[in-house]
Amino acid sequence: MDETFKPSRRAFLRGSAAAAAGSVAGAAAANGADPLITELQDWASYTGAGVDETPYGMPISFESHVVRRNVEWLTASPISSINFTPIHALDGTITPQGCAFERHHSGAIELRKEDYRLMINGLVDRPLVFTYEDLERFPRENHVYFCECAANTGMEWAGAQLNGVQFTHGMIHNMEYTGVPLRTLLREAGADIALDKWVYVEGADASSNGRSIPMEKALDDVLVAFKANGEALRMEHGYPVRLVVPGWEGNMWVKWLRRVEVTDMAVESREETSKYTDVYADGTARKWTWVMDAKSVITTPSPQMPITHGPGPLVISGLAWSGHGQITRVDVSKDGGITWETARLGKQGDTKALTRFYLDTEWDGAPMLLQARAMDETGYVQPTKEQLRDQRGENAVYHNNCIQTWYVNAEGIAENVEVS
Amino acid sequence: MSKSPNIFIPALAGTAGILGVAFAVTSRDYGADKIRALETRMGQVEAQASAASEKASVEAQRAAELELKIAEVQAAASQRVASLTAPAPAVEGTYGIGRPALDEEVAAWDVDVLPDGRGLPAGGGDVFTGEEVFAEKCASCHGDFAEGVDNWPVLAGGFDTLADEDPVKTVGSYWPYLSTAWDYIHRSMPFGEAGTLTADETYAIVAYILYSNDLVDDNFELTRENFADFNMYNMDGFTVDDRPEQEYAAWRAEPCMENCKDEVQVTMRSVFLVDTPPEGGSDSVMNPASIDGLPSFTAAGPSFIPEAAPKPAPVVQKAAVTQPAAPDLMEAGEKVFKKCKACHQVGEGAKNRSGPHLNGLIGRTMGSVDGFAYSSVFAAALDEGRIWDEAALAEFLAKPKTYMKGTKMSFSGLKKDEDLAAITAYLKSYGE
Repeated sequence: MDETFKPSRRAFLRGSAAAAAGSVAGAAAANGADPLITELQDWASYTGAGVDETPYGMPISFESHVVRRNVEWLTASPISSINFTPIHALDGTITPQGCAFERHHSGAIELRKEDYRLMINGLVDRPLVFTYEDLERFPRENHVYFCECAANTGMEWAGAQLNGVQFTHGMIHNMEYTGVPLRTLLREAGADIALDKWVYVEGADASSNGRSIPMEKALDDVLVAFKANGEALRMEHGYPVRLVVPGWEGNMWVKWLRRVEVTDMAVESREETSKYTDVYADGTARKWTWVMDAKSVITTPSPQMPITHGPGPLVISGLAWSGHGQITRVDVSKDGGITWETARLGKQGDTKALTRFYLDTEWDGAPMLLQARAMDETGYVQPTKEQLRDQRGENAVYHNNCIQTWYVNAEGIAENVEVS
Repeated sequence: MSKSPNIFIPALAGTAGILGVAFAVTSRDYGADKIRALETRMGQVEAQASAASEKASVEAQRAAELELKIAEVQAAASQRVASLTAPAPAVEGTYGIGRPALDEEVAAWDVDVLPDGRGLPAGGGDVFTGEEVFAEKCASCHGDFAEGVDNWPVLAGGFDTLADEDPVKTVGSYWPYLSTAWDYIHRSMPFGEAGTLTADETYAIVAYILYSNDLVDDNFELTRENFADFNMYNMDGFTVDDRPEQEYAAWRAEPCMENCKDEVQVTMRSVFLVDTPPEGGSDSVMNPASIDGLPSFTAAGPSFIPEAAPKPAPVVQKAAVTQPAAPDLMEAGEKVFKKCKACHQVGEGAKNRSGPHLNGLIGRTMGSVDGFAYSSVFAAALDEGRIWDEAALAEFLAKPKTYMKGTKMSFSGLKKDEDLAAITAYLKSYGE
């Protein structure tokens, strides 16, 4: 309590800066009464839109900039490409489907529920075919999980590259899924579920994007999902059925899931050998690096979200997540990692789901080097870029979960930087 | 509890204000009665502050009681919820949902090939046949020699580059299993016509890719029978995820909270600034800012507060317009130029990047921009004195690699005539 009254350099700076800049919030009042209040506004007089004018509602036009965006030069063709979730402009934890990032290997396909088939074969007693309707007859579960592309933040290995959290960290979304546990379907087919077995999963699209999953994971928390955030999956996320592989790299979350094959070894498909493997400085590579380690990033302020209100109360906010389970703590630094403060979690994080954090603070108007550092329930602490590079070099491409730095200047403008 | 300090602030700030006024007023030698009146007033204010403080402490106590009550209610609720939520039940036996998969259905979909060759169909193909099939079905993206066109994957070469700054990960240099290539090509290629290759065509293409990598002779034939004998160059290049031993063990430690470093400096600023136009997508432009002039940081804060920088000038300046074009054509041209922007700059201050600057392009001699390292085909054009006129530009941009065979420009070309007209008008506006 005493601290409230202690005069400090910070409070002094705040006071003088506010005096110099003029109080932003009070500007309208200082210049006289606010016409938005004293004058009758159209919207307070005329009637608005009737029900059913938009049978399926879209965000209001003022929010039309909050959209997925791609970076054209990253890939050869938008058909086999990626775009980025506008995480800078979202709050809370749930990603609306319409702005959740897309990653296609042969484009998003239109597959009707009526045309949907799921086959389970391989080392099973009863090779089976399910229709979409069949899947809805199995007991189902609801879980919130993050889905992060293994290449999220991949451009940043070699240095600060893209100025925007949407582009450095936007290959992620977080939805509430409804689906049937994969183990239920494996049991239905009488699968050999010995722990040295694998399931090979593939999609119905032209790429098929096959991946091998060890049986232990398949029996644990993998879901065959058909709803996200309460409604049908979007086409671009695998309508009508996708696989959800909690905490593991997004490439394994096979969309338009059409087949699950029980095998006695990993298939070593293209997506698990030539791609999604991590090349180290000595030229050797790690494979089967499935788990997405703990990571966090400040979404505001960030390059797309400058501070516009001047010195004074400031909410620093961001997202944290871990493929190993719950986020237990997030620390924030304003000086590039010299001093850390523990942030407040919006709510206790779900396991393998995004957690929102807030640092409710005072900005004195001086430049900052903002960083966030996540810890998960295993005690793992998100590493610095330097720690990661010491381990893996700069060519790994995938699985970059380093601490991100934003330089915020005295005008509140933020920029993606690297620090010593 | 956390709210209680806020309750004090207005009362005490009020006291401080009055005291301050009193002090200022006294020092100006007012009459004694004025001073007495102020002293009375001060006494009142102090009494009020003390009453406010008492009231706040009662309120704080009440808040604490409420918080306790809320915690009790929440605990009770979570107990009730816990007893009602449960994972989907597991049953003994099965539900009897679904139907048996027929053999021909399994055969149609189960086409994956394992590293030991299981799953391969009968058949084979040789390098010679593979070259023909590859030229017809693969080369438009991967190049005649599997060298890759534009951003499309390079399939050949790259040996001994994996430890380099930019490793070239090809089928030859990186892929650990031949089965992966066969499986992927047969299942997912050609791009846009997946699933149309016969088994023999697939064997032939894989044989040709091996040949392009100098891994087999030109008389090689790949068959189901000799498939498993083939060991890939990088088969031993992979280790299974060892992050638990290499990283987790060390990184599961209580982190430092203060004085974690002496000084922090910005060592690099974002290479690209990213514009996010209202119509969607993004435009990356080089960030001209340098790390000079940024403060360093210590526990005491930043070393200095930099002066506000002048707003950066937009990259594309329209000042150099010498021949105004129709505004909508200009606008269309600016849009088309987005395809070029990653490599070329135009306008005031335009510099050479991975492509030469394009100021005054129309009418300029080909290959003539100072300081740009042209490919030999442009060097030759310079020697011949060839000039960029509208016709040459249109022909070049329609099919760059055909018009200037050997150009380094990795751009497949503008297919629409209106795009060509627009980009020409746009570039003309930056001087002739």
